[in-house]
Amino acid sequence: MEEFFQQLTNGLAVGSIYALIALGYTMVYGVLKLINFAHGDLFTIGAYLGMTLLASFALHETIGPFLGLIVLALMVMGLVAILGAIVERTAYRPLRESPRLSAVVSALGASIFLQNAVMLIYGARFQVYPEDLIPETSIDLFGLYIPVVRILVLFVSLALMAALFIFIQKTRIGTAIRAAAIDQDAARLMGIDVNRVILLVFLIGPALGGAAGLLVGLQYGQINFTMGWTYGMKAFTAAILGGIGNIPGAMLGGLILGVIEALGSAYISIAWKDAIAFFVLILILIVRPTGLLGERVADKI
Amino acid sequence: MLLTVRDLRVKYGNVEALHGVNLSVKEGEIVAILGANGAGKSTTLLAVSGIVRSAGGAIEFGGKLLHKLKAHEIVREGVIQVPEGRRIFNTLTVEENLALGSFVRNDAARVAKTREWIYELFPILKERSDQLGGTLSGGEQQMLAIARGLMAEPKILLLDEPSLGLAPLLVKAIFRTLEQINRAGVTIVLVEQNARAALKLAHRGYILEVGNIVLEDSAPALLANPEVRKAYLGG
Ligand SMILES: Nc1ncnc2c1ncn2[C@@H]1O[C@H](COP(=O)(O)OP(=O)(O)O)[C@@H](O)[C@H]1O
Ligand SMILES: [Mg+2]
Repeated sequence: MEEFFQQLTNGLAVGSIYALIALGYTMVYGVLKLINFAHGDLFTIGAYLGMTLLASFALHETIGPFLGLIVLALMVMGLVAILGAIVERTAYRPLRESPRLSAVVSALGASIFLQNAVMLIYGARFQVYPEDLIPETSIDLFGLYIPVVRILVLFVSLALMAALFIFIQKTRIGTAIRAAAIDQDAARLMGIDVNRVILLVFLIGPALGGAAGLLVGLQYGQINFTMGWTYGMKAFTAAILGGIGNIPGAMLGGLILGVIEALGSAYISIAWKDAIAFFVLILILIVRPTGLLGERVADKI
Repeated sequence: MLLTVRDLRVKYGNVEALHGVNLSVKEGEIVAILGANGAGKSTTLLAVSGIVRSAGGAIEFGGKLLHKLKAHEIVREGVIQVPEGRRIFNTLTVEENLALGSFVRNDAARVAKTREWIYELFPILKERSDQLGGTLSGGEQQMLAIARGLMAEPKILLLDEPSLGLAPLLVKAIFRTLEQINRAGVTIVLVEQNARAALKLAHRGYILEVGNIVLEDSAPALLANPEVRKAYLGG
């Protein structure tokens, strides 16, 4: 039973990271009906920026670990958000009126460009985060010893998701984003500047993706320029699992996928860990192509 | 004139849908635009709202050149469209749909007043305020679409076939409400295939045929015109 709960909480932590990334895919898909293939690479950049900022400012030493991590996270999110907006302006906006395929090719191009930029700047080898950032102790939760970092990852991800959920559901701008995702022209007739909604989505999604990159760096200590591919693929699966375009769906899909993956690799075989996500993807596409909470059809991708 | 459309041309790809449309609307008027399916009625309204770009001509509203503005800026001028097919936000609640209608307004107290007025005009919407738009009946959806338009506090309301797909009794109710809205000071442009009902309500009308205005007259004159009777009023 101990093993089961360890895997469960681990799965939830990893899944919450998938969920954070999945939100970027699903929000962009919501308003543009386009998969932002560069999103996984923005996540990678978040991880690298976190490392660089940690090394250059050592905020956790000057202003303390708690405040330091918060400031670090905000810096990473802000910078990756700006990068996301630049990707939108340069790779997607010029092709807004072009055939869908042009935008897909442009998205792939942006992804390759960013990935190679990271490799050229940081090199192709694994990079490590500074050690002893987060105490390597475990906390006793009802007799279950959970590593501090796992709790941190879960807490930060869930807090970010809750903030996003409230923003989208309860605010005027959030409602405008939902309206633009349903019917762009009708949204325009409400006086909504759809271009600004799209820009906003390209700020929020990458900010969350960047935060996820930082969390992966903190949790595993090791990062690589191709990490955006694996995580991106899984987050994309999570978005499809929840119903692409559906924000609560992406959150749910991420958590479920993380748990399936953790339990699967513990009880079936660790060698299958990365294949499990593919298997889940294929299974949903066959059984329920609209995803758990989605109404849209997957063949629109 | 509140709204003046001059020599308006619109193209879809290489095909010209409007070949130089001229029309004008005075403040306080109800003006009907009639015509067969495909004549270019919706295109005219969409061009006024900036959803389709004009390929020539001018659209002037209260001294502003609308054809130079973007769709969302046109809404801020008080030009509000209730589009063909309603286009309500199906997966949002009635309340959220109405809130989106007032997206461009900042005065919360006045918005609340408008909402009260709307709930007076359409009491059923108040009952349904927490329901998703998509779960409403066709008639209720049309009411919601009109109500959502009114939430913007329009100076001019452009309605594209509000009677489409509704039972005759409902059409009557909707048209009666439009009359009330007009009496409250809102100028109305009404696109309709239901020519008889539209002309009974309107002060003036235009007849659009394949991208050209072919006739313009007062509503009673159009109702009496033998040509119009034959082509649009069933004899
Ligand atoms: N999005 C579009 N793309 C291409 N052609 C269109 C489009 N919308 C309308 N048209 C064409 O423009 C003409 C006018 O259409 P429309 O304005 O919808 O007419 P109406 O509203 O009077 O029925 C029609 O020939 C129609 O086929
Ligand atoms: Mg039409």
